[in-house]
Amino acid sequence: MLSRSERFKVLWRRFFEEATNIGVNSLFVVGLVAVFIGAVTCVQIAYNLTNPLIPKSTIGYMVREMTVLEMAPTLTSIVLAGKVGSSIAGGLGTMRITEQISALEVMGINSSSYLVLPRILASMFMFPLLVILAMALAIIGGYLAGTLTGNITPQDYIEGIRSDFVPYNILFALIKAVVFAFIISGVSAFKGFYTEGGALEVGTASTDAVTNSIIAILIADFVLAAVLL
Amino acid sequence: MIEISNIEKSFDGNQVLKGISCTLETGKCNLLLGGSGTGKSVLLSCIVGLMKPDIGSITFDGTMFTNSKVDIRQEIRRKIGMLFQGSALFDSMTVAKNVEFPLEMLTPEMTPEERRDRVEFCLKRVGLENAGNKMPSEISGGMKKRVGIARAIAPNCTYLFCDEPNSGLDPATSIKIDELIQEITHEYNITTTIITHDMNSVVGIGDHIIFLHKGKKLWDGDKEHILNAEVPELREFIFSSSLVRAAKRVEQEDGPAGLQHLAAEPLSEV
Ligand SMILES: Nc1ncnc2c1ncn2[C@@H]1O[C@H](COP(=O)(O)OP(=O)(O)OP(=O)(O)O)[C@@H](O)[C@H]1O
Ligand SMILES: [Mg+2]
Repeated sequence: MLSRSERFKVLWRRFFEEATNIGVNSLFVVGLVAVFIGAVTCVQIAYNLTNPLIPKSTIGYMVREMTVLEMAPTLTSIVLAGKVGSSIAGGLGTMRITEQISALEVMGINSSSYLVLPRILASMFMFPLLVILAMALAIIGGYLAGTLTGNITPQDYIEGIRSDFVPYNILFALIKAVVFAFIISGVSAFKGFYTEGGALEVGTASTDAVTNSIIAILIADFVLAAVLL
Repeated sequence: MIEISNIEKSFDGNQVLKGISCTLETGKCNLLLGGSGTGKSVLLSCIVGLMKPDIGSITFDGTMFTNSKVDIRQEIRRKIGMLFQGSALFDSMTVAKNVEFPLEMLTPEMTPEERRDRVEFCLKRVGLENAGNKMPSEISGGMKKRVGIARAIAPNCTYLFCDEPNSGLDPATSIKIDELIQEITHEYNITTTIITHDMNSVVGIGDHIIFLHKGKKLWDGDKEHILNAEVPELREFIFSSSLVRAAKRVEQEDGPAGLQHLAAEPLSEV
């Protein structure tokens, strides 16, 4: 039907559409969650660190370690499981029950490479970017919360953020983001693509997609930590 | 011409199609007629390749479709246009984009201007020249069917399939849609196959009618002969329609002239 280069062009365009979709639609909620995670982490660590022998900069250090390694990638992915996962499953499910997928098939278009592949690739591309954003915003959130409540001075916080930095942790977090993206988009696409029935089943497919993705993320989180750390 | 020979299809032990053979003729509206659950949709899915029959073969103008190599199947699929029961418009795209979509995907040799002209032509052909910028959610069921037809004929299809084109439409709109399909069929000499259980369509556009019952073909012929068919299942199907019963009654009471009362007034634009 289409030559290889044209097929690539279509795939590229679809990838771009989906990536914009995921990125733009998730920006606000990811940012909001990240700022609050950073803020809460900072305040709670400050509350627990009462020993005068431990320098205040430890608060900044711990906020960084917790958000970069765990909070930013995992919590962002769980939020995205709700947002992106349900939209993938709901979108594909609706297309299935309204015969839009059959319409593609009748035209001789491979519906899984037209609908599913771009969504998976776009998720795997966008999730790490969103996680990087979440890391930055969480650290800023911690800074704001720590300084505004007077728990830590700006100098101490920044000193803590900059001490004993291990670049591998960032890489590890990004690997987690890519794996979680694959899990969420794959599980949700599967649930949506094979929906049978009517509107009720589309709802069920969305819910299943989100719960199954979250369970799979938690298991994968543990496995990755055990293997890669 | 599409030749269907001895198609069988089962779903976990439940045999839905029990050896159907028939011919769908070029330049005619071929109607697949039958009650609910007789396997009409399954047969259509087998013909267009959405399902694979267990046994049997389908040839499009002499080219084997079932069990052929992918590129031969793709070549045939390019010539297939289909109007789905719920129209199946892509709801993320405007009406014009929907019609343009198969052109964009299947005929990359067309320039954007040629595509735009073709879209305009097809929308005009179905009487929707002003709806191009609307979203599918903003138009009525009858208009959706028209867009579905425009999308199906956009890439110059040779074979047109319609699954219950007038289900869920009021009688006047149904007749308009039927007439549109019939005009397009005759104008472009395409092989049109229509699933229906509407007797209005049968007597209106039934150039070639295939009656299915419980997975078997029991009768085929044209609209001139269907009322005199001797198949009991078909007679029962036809005369369960209350309109036909009313017509019969009028005919018995007033003679054939009484039927004039039942004839529809000229229809206004839908
Ligand atoms: N994917 C499927 N899996 C299992 N059984 C199926 C499937 N599709 C159809 N059937 C069965 O095949 C039979 C015929 O279904 P089909 O949809 O072809 O009926 P139909 O003639 O189109 O009826 P209607 O006029 O109501 O649309 C039904 O009994 C249905 O249960
Ligand atoms: Mg059906």
